[in-house]
Formats: sequence, structure tokens, C-alpha cells
Amino acid sequence: MTQATFSIWRGDSGGGALVDYETEVSEGMVVLDAVHQIQAEKANDLAVRWNCKAGKCGSCSAEVNGMPKLMCMTRIDELDLSKPVTIEPMRAFPSLRDLVTDVSWNFRVKKKIKQFTPRPPDAPDGSWRMQQSDVDRVQEFRKCIECFLCQDVCHVLRDHHKHEEFIGPRFLVYAAALEMHPLDVADRVDELKQAHGIGYCNITKCCTKVCPEHITITDNAIIPLKERVVDRHYDPVAKLVRLFRRTAGQETSGRA
Amino acid sequence: MAEHETHSYDVIVVGAGGAGLRAAIEAADRGAKVGVICKSLLGKAHTVMAEGGLAAALGNVDERDNWRVHFADTMRGGQYLNNWRMAELHAREAPDRARELEAWGAVFDRTEDGRILQRNFGGHQYARLAHVGDRTGLEMIRTLQDHLIHQAVDVHMECTVLELLKDGDRIAGAVAYERERGRFKVFQAPAVVLATGGIGRAFSITSNSWEYTGDGHSLAYEVGAALQDMEFVQFHPTGMVWPPSVRGILVTEGVRGDGGVLRNKDGKRFMFDDIPENYRSQTADTEEEAWRYIQGDKNARRPPELLTRDHVARCIMREVRAGRGSPHGGVFLDIAWVKEKIPNSRDYIRKKLPSMYHQFKQLANIDITETPMEVGPTTHYMMGGIRVDGDTQMSTVPGLFAAGECAAGLHGANRLGGNSLSDLVVFGKRAGEYAAAFARDNGGVKVDDGQVDRATTNALRPLDGAGAGGQAADGPYQIQHELQEFMQELVGIVRREDEMKSALDRIAALKEKAPGVSVPGNREYNPGWHTALDLRNLLSVAEAITRAALERRESRGGHFRDDYPDKDPEFAKFNILLRKGGDGSMHVSRQPIPPLPAELAQIIEEMK
Repeated sequence: MTQATFSIWRGDSGGGALVDYETEVSEGMVVLDAVHQIQAEKANDLAVRWNCKAGKCGSCSAEVNGMPKLMCMTRIDELDLSKPVTIEPMRAFPSLRDLVTDVSWNFRVKKKIKQFTPRPPDAPDGSWRMQQSDVDRVQEFRKCIECFLCQDVCHVLRDHHKHEEFIGPRFLVYAAALEMHPLDVADRVDELKQAHGIGYCNITKCCTKVCPEHITITDNAIIPLKERVVDRHYDPVAKLVRLFRRTAGQETSGRA
Repeated sequence: MAEHETHSYDVIVVGAGGAGLRAAIEAADRGAKVGVICKSLLGKAHTVMAEGGLAAALGNVDERDNWRVHFADTMRGGQYLNNWRMAELHAREAPDRARELEAWGAVFDRTEDGRILQRNFGGHQYARLAHVGDRTGLEMIRTLQDHLIHQAVDVHMECTVLELLKDGDRIAGAVAYERERGRFKVFQAPAVVLATGGIGRAFSITSNSWEYTGDGHSLAYEVGAALQDMEFVQFHPTGMVWPPSVRGILVTEGVRGDGGVLRNKDGKRFMFDDIPENYRSQTADTEEEAWRYIQGDKNARRPPELLTRDHVARCIMREVRAGRGSPHGGVFLDIAWVKEKIPNSRDYIRKKLPSMYHQFKQLANIDITETPMEVGPTTHYMMGGIRVDGDTQMSTVPGLFAAGECAAGLHGANRLGGNSLSDLVVFGKRAGEYAAAFARDNGGVKVDDGQVDRATTNALRPLDGAGAGGQAADGPYQIQHELQEFMQELVGIVRREDEMKSALDRIAALKEKAPGVSVPGNREYNPGWHTALDLRNLLSVAEAITRAALERRESRGGHFRDDYPDKDPEFAKFNILLRKGGDGSMHVSRQPIPPLPAELAQIIEEMK
């Protein structure tokens, strides 16, 4: 048993400060255990979100020594205990209280993305046929636990506060899962360019680095979506064809 | 009266796991105005932790499977205490509910010919579990969540129900508080669906999250609904045991379905030692036959590791008690051994069990493709719950419905793995359907201000001031820990009359103490306050479990009595009910099980 000091941000939307708490740490403990111990012994009202404590629900996101992490999957023996361990709320979202932030923006953004729209079923019993190799990449995106650490670390949101113009890596992954779903027939390419602001992403890959589910966000989701946007809107040959069609008085179809 | 805002709905759904979301979707589809109230953020409910899969007799992997086999398996697993109507409906409707998830965007693993893949699981005769690796629950909750947000349903997140309201005999809504600001909300509704999940936090070793405090059970009990089968708590045989801080975290049964075996410290595969009579004809005789089953050989029978959870948990306890356990008080679960059988075992394990690989690597420094895991039983699931009608899911209180884990009936004395996710969607849908119909047919209700006033006054008591500024010695966390410790020890896997009676005394003492508990801080996002408010619910379910377990003087399914170690046919004839009496005390009664209709009886006979 050793003692360790945790500097935990306490406060609310009006401001706050780091407060030091000492507590005992034992083998195998994770940061969330320490927070719970402090909460039970020293600060009953210390606000923190958590649910599964097994890295599956994505509730306990925070910044541990400045790094966006799930507290339940961050082992204390990986941290330097010779100085206080700082635990702060995600900085890309407004503070509610202590380690809890207002993530409601994420829920509003998701609603704006066109819903899954399947093609007609392949079989009379209403089911479809899909090969495993065709769903592998979508399954990678669907591992997302919505911890919003990728949103937290994205400089477009964190530093430039473009929340109204850019949906962030989480929802680009979500859009990619829909766009690349073998059954889906909806088209989200135009809105990705305009309303969802995919152009803001300059592929610094910070989101990929912090993803606790190890989703290759930038390479597998965002870049292929950017390519679709570019194909439709910036391909010079396609542009000429569209121009020609328009002058010929034809309606352009939505789907490239 | 404390200040509050009022919302009016046709149907309110309490809980946003699989059952709650499915109920809300159905009620909204049928034209009801629906509000969902959930304790956490949307998409975080305990359903995300379900790993193995959803049981549905699709027959994609084994064409011999059909609803009749699934029905018989469920009844056998539940030791025939199940509500047979629910077991029938569940087996018949689960395949449609699984296909519906696919239509809403779920991406299950595929068979060679492109259909939904199914895996082996304990107690299921054929490969039956539709799954996505070992994260099926996440796939399900995300699919339902993403479908629901495009419907006209209000979701009140981080909002906790304090009391249900009544108008005469009928349900009239609920009083709740939202965590962000600590403000009260009154919900007026002629129909309420409880989908609050389980009770795992009544025990110290559990796979359940903080939310599982038996809220639905307790809320329903307080307004006069009957609880049923509360003695049947499922202790999942394989939870992590080391390091201490992860004790109880679930290790999916899928490990055993994909070839994992249980061994004691001498390396002996002990599950072959004790195979119950009613499973003997379905269980492999040799390790060689067991492996052929895992490989998909249709002539082979199941490995004994895939016997029902109650039995496997007791066998593990037997090894530990006999001194043959692992260093940290469990046994070894070994999937790494498959490298003796297949060339690319590392890829096989990581593809089939990605979360397990990750979980052990990160939390225990163990590579499960190389080293056996240490596992032991963990409190996992409540088979009992609110007594409901099999078709409509309505409780004994008009207008009050229950679905999913907080409802009783489908699983009897023991639940089969995979039957929970299917339960959520089959009966979530039914609860939503009948709740919407009830609201339509029975008209409006009045909210009684007196009831609201009582609920809000009680809720504010822990903030009255005694604990403010300081830290009370008997804070809410200390009471919760004390309850968890003695419930685990005295009403856990192995039970005895004297121990359970002493548990009842200790519950009574905590019931005296809990209402006086005080917490520091204010009403805004205060987890101490929330923990104080949860105590009543935890104490009610702890008492219900203990009283029902005392009444059942036999051993059956998840309930094992050291002093009555055998099954008693007399006890197969009834369920145990618990109700709140007029004097405020808990009343125990026996409810005879109605006879099976001839058609269902014949199915069970044929499949014996």
C-alpha cells in the first residue's frame, strides 16, 4: 500500500480549481477507483460520471495528467506517483460540476445526420445477405462507445470552438458507418461538405491517437469520406459533366 | 411544496437500456406521446455490457433449431418455474426481433452465406446466439438509440425516479429529479413502463454498474405491485478475480462457447466430474467429443463447461472450497489451449473475443492468447422481479408495466445466457404496445399533490444540513458498503437459514439508519445525495431476496441452500410472491403455477 496525491478539478460553470486529495493505492487500481475512494471517504459530493467500469460504456472520460483517457481503463501503476496526478474534466465541453461536463451538444449533432435507410430486403423473410468481408470496416466504426474523447482532443472543437460548423470525429465515424453500411441507400455526401463541415478536419490524427477502442478514425473513416466529397464536388471532369447537364436542362441527380 | 416542473405523457418509460428503448419505440410507433426517463446519458445503460449475444432460433447455423427447442431449453434451464406463456412468446418472437434490429442498422457477424451468424452458449442445444464479437449489447443499444432519436420521443437524461404516483388503484405517473441542477420533475401519465434493470449493487462482488440498485423493483413494490422469484439471483460463474479493483467484472460465457475450458490448480478439467441428470444426454462424454462440438460437428454433444450458469458457478465454488482453486480464490479459464488444436489461435481468439483480450491485457496484464484467466462467480442477474402478465407485461397494478430484467417470469430459477438480450426486445416491444393501448383505452389520470409533496420532502431530507460541510461517519457510501458486504456473505451463492435470519436483522437495522443519513454539498450533480436516495431501493430488494430465499427450503437453479441441498418437487409447484402489507411490512406468499397447456407440455416431454 502506498499513498498517492490526486489533484482533482472541483468547480462548476462559474469556475473552479484543483484540489489535492491523498488516498491509498493498491495493486491493479485504476484512476476511477481512486476517484471513488476519495468520493466515499473524503468528498461525497465529488461529481463524476461512470457506469460499467470496464471500458464499455464510455462515461468516465477525463483528462488525466493532461491526456484524454477513460478513467476506468487507466491504471495507476502506469502513472508517475512522485508528483500529484491531475484529473480534470474534458475541456472541449462546458463544465457542469467537477469532472462532469455538458456533452448534450453531441446528442443534438447526431440527430441531424440522416438516419439509416436500408435497401429492400434480399429474402422473402425480410432479411438481407451480407458477406463478413463487406461488414468488417463498418464493424470497426460500430465499436465506438461514444466517450467523446476524440471530440475533446480535436483542435477544431477544443481550440477553435467550431461546434456549430463541424460535427467532430465521433460523428464523422458515425456518418462513415452509415455511408459504408452495405444496406444503406441514403446519401450524406453533400451535407458532409456543407452542414457537417468535413473540410475543417486537417487530418492531424489526434482523434485516432486517443480512441480507447483503437478505431482508425482518420485513415479509415474521415479520409474516405473526404474522398467522396472531393469526387463529387471538386473533380474537374465531373464538374464539366454537371455543367453540361445543367445547360442541357436536365435535373442533376443527388447521387454521384 | 417543493418547486417542480410538470410533464404530461401517454406513456412514460423508466430506463433506457434495451427493454426501455424498445418499449419507447413501440409506444411511439403506435401513436402514444412518450417520455423516457433514464438515470445516465442515453446509450450508457447496462445493456452495453452484454457480451455474448441474443438468443433467437433463426436456424442459420443449425437448421434443426426452431422455437420449440428454444422454448424447451429455456424451461429446462429455468427448472420449470418459468412463466410458460412468456417462455413461449419469447421463443416464438425472438427471431423477428433479431431481424428487426438488422433492419434498423445492426451489423451482426455473418455466416458463410451472408446471414446472421450464431454461436454456442450454455444451455442452448444448438448454436443460437446472434452476436457481434463479444460486444453484442453495445450493438443492440446503439441500434435502438439511433432509431429512437428520429422519433418524437422526449428523453430526460440523468433523471432519477423517486416515487410512482397513483390515482386510486391506477398508476398516475412519477416524481423524479434531474441530476444537473437537482430540480424535481413530475410526470403525469396513465401508463408507466418500468425497465430499470437489476439489483447487482446489493452485493459486493458484481458485474453490475452503479445504476443497478433495484429501483424498478422497489418503486413497484411501494405502490402495491407483487414481486416474484426474488430468491433467484444469478451468480455468473466467470467474473474477474484479480487484481482486487476489477473483481466481479464479467468474463463472457462466449469464452467457453468458443473453446475455453475450466481447470483447477492441478490442471484438471473438473466440469466433467459432475453432470446433472437432466443434462446428461446432451453433454459430451469426452474432451475429444467436446472439442468436436466447438468445431461445429453436429453429431457431437456440448462440453460440460456449457452447462447452465447456476451449475457451473457451484462447481467452481466446490473446487475453491476444496482447496483446488487458483492463487486468488478462483479457478482457471483457459482459451489459450486451443493453440494445440488450431494453427492461428492468436488471431482466432482476438477475432472472437476482442473485448476480453483488451480487458485482460489492460486491467490484469494478461495475454489471454497465451495465459489462462483467473475467474470466479460474480453477482450478475436477477431472475425475479415485478410479477407481470405474460402477454401484456402489465403488473398487478393497473397501468404499471415492466419489461426486461426488472420483470419476472421468463427465466424461472435460472436464466440461460443470451436469453436476456432477446428478453429485452421481445418484452420491451410488448410492454410498449400494451402500455400505449392501456393509455388510449383508459383515459387521463389526476396527480395528487399530497403524494408529490411527500416524495419531494423525503428526497430533500439527506441535504437537511447535518452532514453539510463535514463528512459524516455513517455516510451513504458506508451504509451501502455494509449492506453489500453482508449480503454477499450471508445471502450469496450458498445460503443457510441462520445466516439469512441474521441478514434480515442487519437489514432492519440499516432501514432504521438510512432515512437519517445526511450528505454534504448541494442539489447540483451530487452523487452522495443520489447514493443516499438509492438506499431505500437497495434495502427493499435485499429484504425481498432474503425473505424469498428463507421461504424456499430447497435448492433449485440460482438458489442454493446448504441446509436443504436437494430439489424438492413440492417447491416446483409455486412461485414466491412478496407484497407490501397494509402495516408497511413485507408479506411472503406462495402462488401456484398454472398447469401447462397440452401443446407446450408435449414439447417439453419430446425434448427431455
